[in-house]
Amino acid sequence: MPDAHETNTIPIDCTINGERVAMDVNPSWRLLDLLRDHLGLTGAKEGCGEGECGACTVRIDGLPANSCLVLAAQAHGCNVETVESLDPESLGHLHECGTTQCGACTPGVVITADWIRNNPDSLEHGSIRSLMAGNLCRCTGYDGIIDGVRASIDAGASKGNRS
Amino acid sequence: MLTEEPALTPIAGGTDLLVHWPGNLEARKRDYLDLSRLRESQSGIVWEDDRVTLGPLTTYWDAITDDRFKKEFPILIVAARQVGAVQIQTRGTWAGNICNGSPVADGVPALMAVDAQVELRSAKGSETIPLDRFYTGYKQSRMQSDQLVTGITIPRRQFTTQFFEKVGSRKAQAITKVGVAVTHSDETGWRVVSNAMAAVIMRCGEIEALLSSDAKIRKPEDLLGAVDADMTPIDDLRSTAAYRRTVFARILFHALRERNVRVSTDAG
Repeated sequence: MPDAHETNTIPIDCTINGERVAMDVNPSWRLLDLLRDHLGLTGAKEGCGEGECGACTVRIDGLPANSCLVLAAQAHGCNVETVESLDPESLGHLHECGTTQCGACTPGVVITADWIRNNPDSLEHGSIRSLMAGNLCRCTGYDGIIDGVRASIDAGASKGNRS
Repeated sequence: MLTEEPALTPIAGGTDLLVHWPGNLEARKRDYLDLSRLRESQSGIVWEDDRVTLGPLTTYWDAITDDRFKKEFPILIVAARQVGAVQIQTRGTWAGNICNGSPVADGVPALMAVDAQVELRSAKGSETIPLDRFYTGYKQSRMQSDQLVTGITIPRRQFTTQFFEKVGSRKAQAITKVGVAVTHSDETGWRVVSNAMAAVIMRCGEIEALLSSDAKIRKPEDLLGAVDADMTPIDDLRSTAAYRRTVFARILFHALRERNVRVSTDAG
């Protein structure tokens, strides 16, 4: 955009983890860069940087998305939730089922898992395994992840931070 | 705006354009026209008696969660659920899939198999191009640089068969090596669309004619003549031409046989 070149920033006004964020962003920042490098929210991780691994998963307007494939400027007007917004208590079932080993994929796994748990209708569109397929894990072999999500659903929807 | 700045690249979900963004300096130097702020007004799905229209910013997930799509166009839902994973499906748009022009797109073949039409508009006016006549070469189309997609219209038909099948390196998050989208309706006959087989996603006229004929089809090899007449498969980093040719015939044959349509299941 011509204006962006002249000013080199784009103003955004959005909600991140329940708080209003109004600031100027560099047009080349991705949402992931904004979160990690400029807001100190380092929960979302950069794994592949091409939308395959899901380690950077956040929720945008309630839906899981790869924050490496969204420009920071595109967060304008959106409600963004990162793993930092979740209630740690809600993760108990994931721990019990061996969902986590090295932890690199865990923030993304937890975001998607929490989305499924709080939106059981999503299971009409695919199994837990297929809905979790955008979160790659190179440790657990996935059964622990699936078991953890299933246990969380069975225990009822979380009382996590829902805005 | 696109009239004045034809070099602007429109960006919607960003799931194609932002891949390898930090390292892809050339892409970062381009100028983009962000459409995502129009999402609220441009992502609706409009059902009419004889057609359904996807908005230019309708995502895969918007269609996946629309029950009427599941009922009437399962081919589109099956394809949508195979575009990356949920995180991509919630952001990626049908129109973006068309405009990106990749010969391995999964949304495009399904849309082409249901006779989707692409509505384009610029400051000069609007036009509608049938999707099966949209592409002119590898990543080339009849869309002009000052045009934007304003809608994708799909006629509502009674399909007797509709399916999308793809082969990738693994089940999820895999880019297609070979894909095929097929529909049949009594009104319009067969539609067979190949994906990842050639420089463009395309209708396969010879295969459609073969399926419409009385010829016996008893084994995958019976399709090879028509496959060869329609396409010269590509060799690329994901697969070879020989693999693609053989596997295309097999997935088409077995998909038809599974559904007990068109192919002969007798031993003869």
